[in-house]
Amino acid sequence: MRNPQLNKHGELQHLLTIDGLPRNIITAILDAAAPFTEVAEREVKKLPLLRGKSVFNLFFESSTRTRTTFEIAAKRLSADVINLNISTSSTSKGETLLDTVDNLSAMHADMFVVRHASSGAPFLIAQHLDATRQEHIHVINAGDGRHAHPTQGLLDMYTIRHYKRDFTELTVAVVGDVLHSRVARSQIHALTTLGVPEVRVIGPKTLLPSSVDKLGVRVFHDMRAGLKDVDVVMMLRLQNERMQGALLPSSQEFFKYYGLTPDKLAHAKPDAIVMHPGPMNRGVEIDSAVADGAHAVILPQVTFGIAVRMAVMSILAGN
Amino acid sequence: MPESTPLSLPDAERLCTELAERMRADLHPDTALIGIHTGGVWVAQRLHAMLGLATPLGSLDVSFYRDDFGRTGLHPQLRPSDIAFEVKGRPIIVVDDVLYTGRTIRAAMNEIFDYGRPASIDLAVLVDRGGRELPVCARWAAHTLALNSVTNLQLEQDTSGKLTLRLKTEA
Repeated sequence: MRNPQLNKHGELQHLLTIDGLPRNIITAILDAAAPFTEVAEREVKKLPLLRGKSVFNLFFESSTRTRTTFEIAAKRLSADVINLNISTSSTSKGETLLDTVDNLSAMHADMFVVRHASSGAPFLIAQHLDATRQEHIHVINAGDGRHAHPTQGLLDMYTIRHYKRDFTELTVAVVGDVLHSRVARSQIHALTTLGVPEVRVIGPKTLLPSSVDKLGVRVFHDMRAGLKDVDVVMMLRLQNERMQGALLPSSQEFFKYYGLTPDKLAHAKPDAIVMHPGPMNRGVEIDSAVADGAHAVILPQVTFGIAVRMAVMSILAGN
Repeated sequence: MPESTPLSLPDAERLCTELAERMRADLHPDTALIGIHTGGVWVAQRLHAMLGLATPLGSLDVSFYRDDFGRTGLHPQLRPSDIAFEVKGRPIIVVDDVLYTGRTIRAAMNEIFDYGRPASIDLAVLVDRGGRELPVCARWAAHTLALNSVTNLQLEQDTSGKLTLRLKTEA
Protein backbone atom coordinates (compact mmCIF):
# COMPACT_ATOMS: atom_id res chain seq x y z
CA MET A 1 0.00 0.00 0.00
CA ARG A 2 1.18 3.49 -0.81
CA ASN A 3 2.11 5.68 2.14
CA PRO A 4 -1.08 7.80 2.48
CA GLN A 5 1.05 10.89 3.14
CA LEU A 6 2.89 10.75 -0.18
CA ASN A 7 1.59 11.45 -3.68
CA LYS A 8 2.34 9.22 -6.65
CA HIS A 9 5.66 10.99 -7.21
CA GLY A 10 6.73 10.18 -3.64
CA GLU A 11 6.36 13.80 -2.54
CA LEU A 12 4.66 14.93 0.65
CA GLN A 13 0.92 15.30 -0.02
CA HIS A 14 -0.32 15.40 3.59
CA LEU A 15 1.54 15.55 6.90
CA LEU A 16 -0.20 13.05 9.16
CA THR A 17 2.49 11.34 11.22
CA ILE A 18 6.28 11.07 11.41
CA ASP A 19 5.94 7.28 11.68
CA GLY A 20 6.99 5.90 8.30
CA LEU A 21 8.12 9.25 6.91
CA PRO A 22 11.39 8.79 5.00
CA ARG A 23 14.46 10.40 6.50
CA ASN A 24 15.08 12.51 3.39
CA ILE A 25 11.65 14.14 3.70
CA ILE A 26 12.17 14.92 7.39
CA THR A 27 15.58 16.40 6.61
CA ALA A 28 14.13 18.40 3.69
CA ILE A 29 11.54 19.96 6.02
CA LEU A 30 14.19 20.88 8.60
CA ASP A 31 16.42 22.34 5.85
CA ALA A 32 13.54 24.33 4.38
CA ALA A 33 12.61 25.75 7.80
CA ALA A 34 15.95 27.51 8.33
CA PRO A 35 15.43 30.40 5.87
CA PHE A 36 11.91 31.00 7.24
CA THR A 37 13.32 31.91 10.68
CA GLU A 38 14.78 35.08 9.17
CA VAL A 39 11.39 36.42 7.99
CA ALA A 40 10.43 37.51 11.51
CA GLU A 41 13.33 40.03 11.50
CA ARG A 42 12.02 41.96 8.50
CA GLU A 43 9.92 45.08 8.36
CA VAL A 44 7.28 43.12 6.40
CA LYS A 45 6.94 39.71 8.07
CA LYS A 46 5.30 38.12 5.07
CA LEU A 47 6.23 35.93 2.12
CA PRO A 48 3.95 35.53 -0.91
CA LEU A 49 4.16 31.71 -1.18
CA LEU A 50 0.56 30.96 -0.16
CA ARG A 51 -0.99 34.12 -1.55
CA GLY A 52 -4.54 33.42 -2.64
CA LYS A 53 -4.73 30.08 -0.77
CA SER A 54 -7.29 29.35 1.92
CA VAL A 55 -6.11 27.49 5.00
CA PHE A 56 -8.84 26.14 7.29
CA ASN A 57 -7.91 25.48 10.90
CA LEU A 58 -10.29 22.70 11.97
CA PHE A 59 -9.94 22.39 15.70
CA PHE A 60 -12.29 19.75 17.07
CA GLU A 61 -10.35 19.97 20.31
CA SER A 62 -9.36 23.24 21.88
CA SER A 63 -5.78 24.44 21.69
CA THR A 64 -4.62 28.01 21.83
CA ARG A 65 -0.92 27.71 21.20
CA THR A 66 -0.92 25.21 18.33
CA ARG A 67 -3.80 26.96 16.58
CA THR A 68 -2.11 30.34 16.99
CA THR A 69 1.25 29.16 15.66
CA PHE A 70 -0.42 27.55 12.63
CA GLU A 71 -2.38 30.73 12.09
CA ILE A 72 0.75 32.90 12.29
CA ALA A 73 2.63 30.52 9.96
CA ALA A 74 -0.14 30.62 7.35
CA LYS A 75 -0.52 34.40 7.61
CA ARG A 76 3.25 34.99 7.24
CA LEU A 77 2.92 32.99 4.01
CA SER A 78 0.11 35.37 2.92
CA ALA A 79 -2.64 32.73 3.07
CA ASP A 80 -6.20 33.51 4.09
CA VAL A 81 -6.82 31.73 7.38
CA ILE A 82 -10.24 30.62 8.53
CA ASN A 83 -10.47 29.35 12.10
CA LEU A 84 -13.29 26.94 12.87
CA ASN A 85 -13.96 26.04 16.43
CA ILE A 86 -15.95 22.94 15.62
CA SER A 87 -16.93 22.05 19.16
CA THR A 88 -19.31 25.01 19.05
CA SER A 89 -20.56 24.57 15.48
CA SER A 90 -22.14 22.05 13.11
CA THR A 91 -20.80 18.84 14.68
CA SER A 92 -22.74 19.73 17.78
CA LYS A 93 -25.79 19.89 15.49
CA GLY A 94 -25.08 16.35 14.29
CA GLU A 95 -23.07 16.85 11.07
CA THR A 96 -20.53 14.12 10.39
CA LEU A 97 -16.82 14.86 10.08
CA LEU A 98 -16.72 14.09 6.35
CA ASP A 99 -19.82 16.20 5.63
CA THR A 100 -18.07 19.10 7.36
CA VAL A 101 -15.00 18.48 5.19
CA ASP A 102 -17.06 18.31 1.98
CA ASN A 103 -18.80 21.56 2.81
CA LEU A 104 -15.51 23.33 3.43
CA SER A 105 -14.04 21.83 0.24
CA ALA A 106 -17.00 23.31 -1.62
CA MET A 107 -15.83 26.68 -0.26
CA HIS A 108 -12.53 26.07 -2.13
CA ALA A 109 -10.26 25.18 0.75
CA ASP A 110 -6.62 24.51 -0.16
CA MET A 111 -5.41 23.14 3.15
CA PHE A 112 -6.90 21.72 6.34
CA VAL A 113 -5.05 21.90 9.64
CA VAL A 114 -6.81 19.34 11.81
CA ARG A 115 -6.78 18.78 15.56
CA HIS A 116 -9.06 16.01 16.81
CA ALA A 117 -9.50 14.07 20.04
CA SER A 118 -9.86 10.81 18.09
CA SER A 119 -6.70 9.15 16.81
CA GLY A 120 -6.87 8.79 13.04
CA ALA A 121 -9.30 11.61 12.24
CA PRO A 122 -6.81 13.48 9.97
CA PHE A 123 -6.09 10.17 8.16
CA LEU A 124 -9.79 9.72 7.54
CA ILE A 125 -10.04 13.22 6.06
CA ALA A 126 -6.95 12.74 3.87
CA GLN A 127 -8.24 9.39 2.62
CA HIS A 128 -11.63 10.89 1.88
CA LEU A 129 -10.11 13.77 -0.10
CA ASP A 130 -7.95 11.39 -2.15
CA ALA A 131 -10.89 9.03 -2.74
CA THR A 132 -13.08 11.89 -3.95
CA ARG A 133 -10.32 13.12 -6.30
CA GLN A 134 -9.60 16.26 -4.34
CA GLU A 135 -5.85 15.71 -4.27
CA HIS A 136 -5.25 19.45 -4.51
CA ILE A 137 -6.35 19.80 -0.88
CA HIS A 138 -3.65 19.09 1.71
CA VAL A 139 -4.13 17.92 5.30
CA ILE A 140 -1.83 18.67 8.22
CA ASN A 141 -2.32 16.78 11.45
CA ALA A 142 -2.16 19.25 14.34
CA GLY A 143 -2.62 16.50 16.94
CA ASP A 144 -4.97 13.51 16.91
CA GLY A 145 -5.89 11.74 20.15
CA ARG A 146 -2.95 9.84 21.61
CA HIS A 147 -1.57 9.14 18.16
CA ALA A 148 0.61 11.86 16.61
CA HIS A 149 1.55 15.53 16.57
CA PRO A 150 4.03 15.62 13.70
CA THR A 151 4.75 19.36 13.50
CA GLN A 152 5.62 19.35 17.22
CA GLY A 153 7.98 16.42 16.62
CA LEU A 154 9.55 18.25 13.68
CA LEU A 155 10.02 21.52 15.55
CA ASP A 156 11.65 19.56 18.38
CA MET A 157 14.06 18.03 15.85
CA TYR A 158 14.76 21.47 14.43
CA THR A 159 15.52 22.74 17.95
CA ILE A 160 17.84 19.82 18.71
CA ARG A 161 19.68 20.27 15.43
CA HIS A 162 20.00 24.01 16.07
CA TYR A 163 21.77 23.45 19.39
CA LYS A 164 23.44 20.07 18.93
CA ARG A 165 24.10 19.83 15.16
CA ASP A 166 24.70 16.08 14.81
CA PHE A 167 21.93 13.62 15.73
CA THR A 168 24.18 10.57 15.46
CA GLU A 169 26.15 11.30 18.63
CA LEU A 170 23.30 12.15 21.00
CA THR A 171 21.59 10.58 23.97
CA VAL A 172 18.06 11.91 24.30
CA ALA A 173 15.61 11.33 27.17
CA VAL A 174 11.83 11.71 26.83
CA VAL A 175 10.42 12.18 30.33
CA GLY A 176 6.97 11.88 31.88
CA ASP A 177 3.50 10.95 30.72
CA VAL A 178 4.36 8.99 27.57
CA LEU A 179 1.14 6.97 27.74
CA HIS A 180 -1.16 9.88 26.95
CA SER A 181 1.29 11.81 24.79
CA ARG A 182 1.00 12.03 21.02
CA VAL A 183 4.01 14.34 21.17
CA ALA A 184 6.19 11.58 22.65
CA ARG A 185 5.29 9.15 19.88
CA SER A 186 6.14 11.70 17.18
CA GLN A 187 9.40 12.60 18.94
CA ILE A 188 10.53 8.97 19.29
CA HIS A 189 9.81 8.19 15.62
CA ALA A 190 11.66 11.31 14.50
CA LEU A 191 14.67 10.71 16.76
CA THR A 192 15.14 7.12 15.62
CA THR A 193 14.62 8.00 11.94
CA LEU A 194 17.26 10.74 12.18
CA GLY A 195 19.76 8.28 13.63
CA VAL A 196 19.91 9.18 17.35
CA PRO A 197 21.78 6.16 18.78
CA GLU A 198 20.17 6.23 22.23
CA VAL A 199 16.62 7.31 22.97
CA ARG A 200 15.50 6.86 26.58
CA VAL A 201 12.04 7.00 28.02
CA ILE A 202 11.65 7.89 31.67
CA GLY A 203 8.43 7.63 33.66
CA PRO A 204 6.36 5.63 36.12
CA LYS A 205 5.08 2.25 34.86
CA THR A 206 1.50 3.51 34.95
CA LEU A 207 2.31 6.32 32.48
CA LEU A 208 4.32 4.28 29.96
CA PRO A 209 2.55 2.28 27.25
CA SER A 210 2.96 -1.49 27.80
CA SER A 211 4.65 -1.88 24.40
CA VAL A 212 7.00 1.11 24.79
CA ASP A 213 10.13 -1.02 24.32
CA LYS A 214 8.93 -1.94 20.81
CA LEU A 215 9.62 1.67 19.78
CA GLY A 216 13.36 0.98 20.10
CA VAL A 217 13.97 2.92 23.31
CA ARG A 218 15.62 2.23 26.68
CA VAL A 219 13.12 2.41 29.52
CA PHE A 220 13.94 3.91 32.93
CA HIS A 221 11.73 4.27 35.97
CA ASP A 222 14.38 6.09 37.98
CA MET A 223 14.82 9.69 36.81
CA ARG A 224 18.40 10.16 38.01
CA ALA A 225 19.63 6.98 36.32
CA GLY A 226 17.73 7.86 33.16
CA LEU A 227 19.15 11.37 32.93
CA LYS A 228 22.77 10.25 33.41
CA ASP A 229 24.91 11.92 30.70
CA VAL A 230 22.04 12.81 28.35
CA ASP A 231 22.46 15.65 25.85
CA VAL A 232 18.78 16.49 25.48
CA VAL A 233 15.94 16.30 28.02
CA MET A 234 12.49 16.38 26.42
CA MET A 235 9.88 16.93 29.11
CA LEU A 236 6.24 16.05 28.52
CA ARG A 237 3.22 17.70 30.02
CA LEU A 238 1.30 15.72 32.62
CA GLN A 239 -1.99 15.37 30.78
CA ASN A 240 -4.48 15.99 33.54
CA GLU A 241 -7.39 16.23 31.10
CA ARG A 242 -6.56 12.83 29.60
CA MET A 243 -6.04 11.14 32.94
CA GLN A 244 -8.82 8.69 33.64
CA GLY A 245 -8.76 6.75 36.86
CA ALA A 246 -6.05 6.72 39.48
CA LEU A 247 -2.80 6.41 37.53
CA LEU A 248 -0.99 8.66 39.98
CA PRO A 249 -1.31 9.21 43.72
CA SER A 250 -1.03 13.01 43.27
CA SER A 251 0.75 15.60 41.19
CA GLN A 252 2.97 16.40 44.20
CA GLU A 253 4.05 12.79 44.30
CA PHE A 254 4.79 12.92 40.56
CA PHE A 255 6.91 16.05 41.02
CA LYS A 256 8.92 14.37 43.76
CA TYR A 257 9.97 11.47 41.51
CA TYR A 258 9.71 12.79 37.95
CA GLY A 259 9.63 16.57 38.19
CA LEU A 260 12.72 18.10 36.55
CA THR A 261 14.57 19.95 39.31
CA PRO A 262 18.10 21.40 39.19
CA ASP A 263 19.50 18.52 41.26
CA LYS A 264 18.02 15.89 38.90
CA LEU A 265 19.19 17.85 35.86
CA ALA A 266 22.73 17.86 37.31
CA HIS A 267 22.98 14.18 36.25
CA ALA A 268 22.70 15.16 32.58
CA LYS A 269 25.66 16.51 30.58
CA PRO A 270 26.73 20.04 31.62
CA ASP A 271 25.63 21.44 28.24
CA ALA A 272 22.33 19.54 28.10
CA ILE A 273 19.29 21.35 26.73
CA VAL A 274 15.83 21.12 28.30
CA MET A 275 12.76 21.13 26.06
CA HIS A 276 9.02 21.21 26.76
CA PRO A 277 6.16 21.28 24.23
CA GLY A 278 4.05 23.51 26.47
CA PRO A 279 1.84 24.39 28.17
CA MET A 280 4.04 23.79 31.22
CA ASN A 281 2.75 22.69 34.60
CA ARG A 282 5.29 24.37 36.86
CA GLY A 283 5.83 22.38 40.03
CA VAL A 284 4.35 19.23 38.44
CA GLU A 285 6.67 18.06 35.67
CA ILE A 286 9.16 20.91 35.74
CA ASP A 287 10.60 23.18 38.43
CA SER A 288 10.57 26.93 37.73
CA ALA A 289 14.33 27.08 38.36
CA VAL A 290 14.81 24.75 35.36
CA ALA A 291 12.05 26.17 33.18
CA ASP A 292 13.58 29.66 33.48
CA GLY A 293 17.18 28.45 33.73
CA ALA A 294 20.15 28.49 31.37
CA HIS A 295 19.53 24.97 29.98
CA ALA A 296 15.94 25.67 28.88
CA VAL A 297 15.25 26.21 25.17
CA ILE A 298 11.49 26.18 25.61
CA LEU A 299 10.77 29.63 24.17
CA PRO A 300 13.08 29.15 21.15
CA GLN A 301 11.03 25.99 20.47
CA VAL A 302 7.95 28.18 20.04
CA THR A 303 9.76 30.53 17.63
CA PHE A 304 11.22 27.66 15.60
CA GLY A 305 7.75 26.09 15.54
CA ILE A 306 6.45 28.89 13.34
CA ALA A 307 9.29 28.46 10.82
CA VAL A 308 8.83 24.68 10.74
CA ARG A 309 5.08 25.05 10.14
CA MET A 310 5.77 27.59 7.39
CA ALA A 311 8.13 25.08 5.78
CA VAL A 312 5.59 22.24 5.97
CA MET A 313 2.81 24.40 4.50
CA SER A 314 5.06 25.66 1.67
CA ILE A 315 6.27 22.18 0.77
CA LEU A 316 2.71 20.80 0.75
CA ALA A 317 1.34 23.73 -1.26
CA GLY A 318 4.07 23.25 -3.86
CA ASN A 319 3.50 19.49 -4.31
CA MET B 1 23.89 17.32 -22.68
CA PRO B 2 26.25 18.83 -25.31
CA GLU B 3 28.44 21.68 -24.11
CA SER B 4 29.97 24.45 -26.13
CA THR B 5 33.63 25.28 -25.78
CA PRO B 6 34.19 27.81 -23.03
CA LEU B 7 36.47 29.64 -25.51
CA SER B 8 33.50 31.14 -27.32
CA LEU B 9 32.55 33.09 -24.20
CA PRO B 10 34.42 35.97 -22.56
CA ASP B 11 36.42 35.37 -19.40
CA ALA B 12 34.11 35.83 -16.39
CA GLU B 13 36.80 37.19 -14.07
CA ARG B 14 37.72 39.85 -16.64
CA LEU B 15 34.02 40.76 -17.01
CA CYS B 16 33.80 41.26 -13.23
CA THR B 17 36.71 43.74 -13.38
CA GLU B 18 35.15 45.61 -16.31
CA LEU B 19 31.80 45.73 -14.54
CA ALA B 20 33.39 47.21 -11.41
CA GLU B 21 35.15 49.91 -13.47
CA ARG B 22 31.93 50.91 -15.21
CA MET B 23 30.03 51.14 -11.93
CA ARG B 24 32.67 53.00 -9.92
CA ALA B 25 31.83 56.54 -11.04
CA ASP B 26 28.13 56.17 -10.23
CA LEU B 27 28.43 54.94 -6.65
CA HIS B 28 27.15 56.80 -3.61
CA PRO B 29 28.92 56.42 -0.21
CA ASP B 30 25.85 54.58 1.18
CA THR B 31 25.41 52.26 -1.80
CA ALA B 32 24.82 48.61 -0.92
CA LEU B 33 25.23 45.59 -3.18
CA ILE B 34 22.82 42.66 -2.99
CA GLY B 35 23.80 39.50 -4.86
CA ILE B 36 21.21 36.95 -5.97
CA HIS B 37 21.98 33.33 -5.10
CA THR B 38 24.04 31.62 -6.35
CA GLY B 39 25.93 33.16 -9.29
CA GLY B 40 24.95 36.72 -8.44
CA VAL B 41 26.51 36.38 -4.98
CA TRP B 42 29.83 35.29 -6.50
CA VAL B 43 29.86 38.32 -8.81
CA ALA B 44 28.75 40.64 -5.98
CA GLN B 45 31.62 39.38 -3.80
CA ARG B 46 34.12 40.35 -6.52
CA LEU B 47 32.50 43.77 -7.04
CA HIS B 48 32.24 44.46 -3.31
CA ALA B 49 35.98 43.84 -2.86
CA MET B 50 37.05 45.77 -5.97
CA LEU B 51 34.85 48.77 -5.20
CA GLY B 52 35.79 48.82 -1.50
CA LEU B 53 32.24 49.43 -0.32
CA ALA B 54 31.65 50.18 3.37
CA THR B 55 28.20 48.62 3.60
CA PRO B 56 28.29 44.84 4.14
CA LEU B 57 27.39 42.70 1.14
CA GLY B 58 23.79 41.47 1.06
CA SER B 59 22.46 38.27 -0.48
CA LEU B 60 19.01 37.14 -1.54
CA ASP B 61 17.47 33.77 -2.30
CA VAL B 62 14.40 34.79 -4.27
CA SER B 63 12.79 31.31 -4.18
CA PHE B 64 10.08 32.59 -1.82
CA TYR B 65 9.11 35.28 -4.31
CA ARG B 66 9.31 33.40 -7.59
CA ASP B 67 6.25 33.47 -9.85
CA ASP B 68 6.60 29.78 -10.81
CA PHE B 69 6.14 28.44 -7.24
CA GLY B 70 2.68 27.14 -8.20
CA ARG B 71 4.21 25.06 -11.00
CA THR B 72 7.52 23.92 -9.57
CA GLY B 73 6.97 23.89 -5.81
CA LEU B 74 9.43 24.91 -3.13
CA HIS B 75 13.05 24.90 -4.26
CA PRO B 76 14.81 22.09 -2.40
CA GLN B 77 18.04 24.01 -1.68
CA LEU B 78 17.05 27.26 -0.08
CA ARG B 79 19.60 29.61 1.39
CA PRO B 80 18.65 32.29 3.88
CA SER B 81 18.57 35.83 2.58
CA ASP B 82 21.05 38.00 4.44
CA ILE B 83 20.66 41.76 4.49
CA ALA B 84 22.59 43.09 7.47
CA PHE B 85 21.98 46.79 6.81
CA GLU B 86 19.08 49.23 6.82
CA VAL B 87 17.38 49.15 3.41
CA LYS B 88 15.22 52.18 4.11
CA GLY B 89 16.54 55.24 2.23
CA ARG B 90 19.61 53.47 0.81
CA PRO B 91 20.68 53.21 -2.86
CA ILE B 92 20.71 49.50 -3.69
CA ILE B 93 22.40 47.72 -6.57
CA VAL B 94 21.10 44.25 -7.33
CA VAL B 95 23.80 42.00 -8.80
CA ASP B 96 23.16 38.89 -10.86
CA ASP B 97 25.26 36.73 -13.17
CA VAL B 98 22.93 36.41 -16.17
CA LEU B 99 19.95 38.60 -17.06
CA TYR B 100 17.34 36.65 -19.06
CA THR B 101 13.54 36.88 -18.64
CA GLY B 102 13.69 39.49 -15.85
CA ARG B 103 11.49 37.39 -13.55
CA THR B 104 14.25 36.83 -11.00
CA ILE B 105 14.84 40.58 -10.81
CA ARG B 106 11.11 41.21 -10.32
CA ALA B 107 11.14 38.69 -7.44
CA ALA B 108 14.28 40.29 -5.95
CA MET B 109 12.74 43.77 -6.02
CA ASN B 110 9.61 42.51 -4.28
CA GLU B 111 11.72 40.89 -1.59
CA ILE B 112 13.90 43.99 -1.07
CA PHE B 113 10.81 46.13 -0.46
CA ASP B 114 9.80 43.78 2.37
CA TYR B 115 12.97 44.91 4.17
CA GLY B 116 12.13 48.59 3.72
CA ARG B 117 11.79 51.33 1.10
CA PRO B 118 15.14 51.85 -0.65
CA ALA B 119 16.16 55.22 -2.13
CA SER B 120 16.71 53.50 -5.48
CA ILE B 121 17.38 50.09 -7.03
CA ASP B 122 19.80 49.60 -9.92
CA LEU B 123 20.81 46.41 -11.66
CA ALA B 124 24.32 45.18 -12.55
CA VAL B 125 24.84 41.93 -14.45
CA LEU B 126 27.77 40.09 -15.92
CA VAL B 127 25.89 39.07 -19.08
CA ASP B 128 22.63 40.23 -20.67
CA ARG B 129 21.51 37.37 -22.89
CA GLY B 130 18.24 38.94 -24.14
CA GLY B 131 14.84 37.21 -24.05
CA ARG B 132 13.09 39.54 -21.62
CA GLU B 133 9.51 38.79 -20.56
CA LEU B 134 9.21 41.79 -18.23
CA PRO B 135 10.20 45.45 -18.59
CA VAL B 136 13.55 45.06 -16.83
CA CYS B 137 16.80 46.67 -17.96
CA ALA B 138 20.29 46.49 -16.46
CA ARG B 139 22.05 49.78 -15.83
CA TRP B 140 25.40 48.00 -16.22
CA ALA B 141 25.99 44.83 -18.25
CA ALA B 142 29.60 43.79 -18.85
CA HIS B 143 28.69 41.70 -21.88
CA THR B 144 25.68 41.33 -24.19
CA LEU B 145 24.74 38.45 -26.47
CA ALA B 146 21.60 36.95 -27.99
CA LEU B 147 20.85 33.32 -27.18
CA ASN B 148 17.90 31.13 -28.19
CA SER B 149 15.56 29.70 -25.58
CA VAL B 150 16.99 26.16 -25.56
CA THR B 151 20.42 27.44 -24.60
CA ASN B 152 21.32 27.85 -20.97
CA LEU B 153 24.06 30.26 -19.92
CA GLN B 154 25.48 29.52 -16.48
CA LEU B 155 28.17 30.91 -14.27
CA GLU B 156 30.21 28.23 -12.52
CA GLN B 157 32.78 28.40 -9.76
CA ASP B 158 35.56 25.81 -9.61
CA THR B 159 37.25 24.54 -6.43
CA SER B 160 39.87 27.29 -6.57
CA GLY B 161 37.09 29.92 -6.66
CA LYS B 162 37.61 30.87 -10.32
CA LEU B 163 34.46 31.90 -12.21
CA THR B 164 33.68 30.58 -15.69
CA LEU B 165 30.73 31.11 -18.05
CA ARG B 166 29.38 27.96 -19.67
CA LEU B 167 26.75 27.27 -22.33
CA LYS B 168 24.49 24.25 -22.09
CA THR B 169 21.92 23.24 -24.68
CA GLU B 170 18.79 21.48 -23.55
CA ALA B 171 18.36 18.14 -25.28
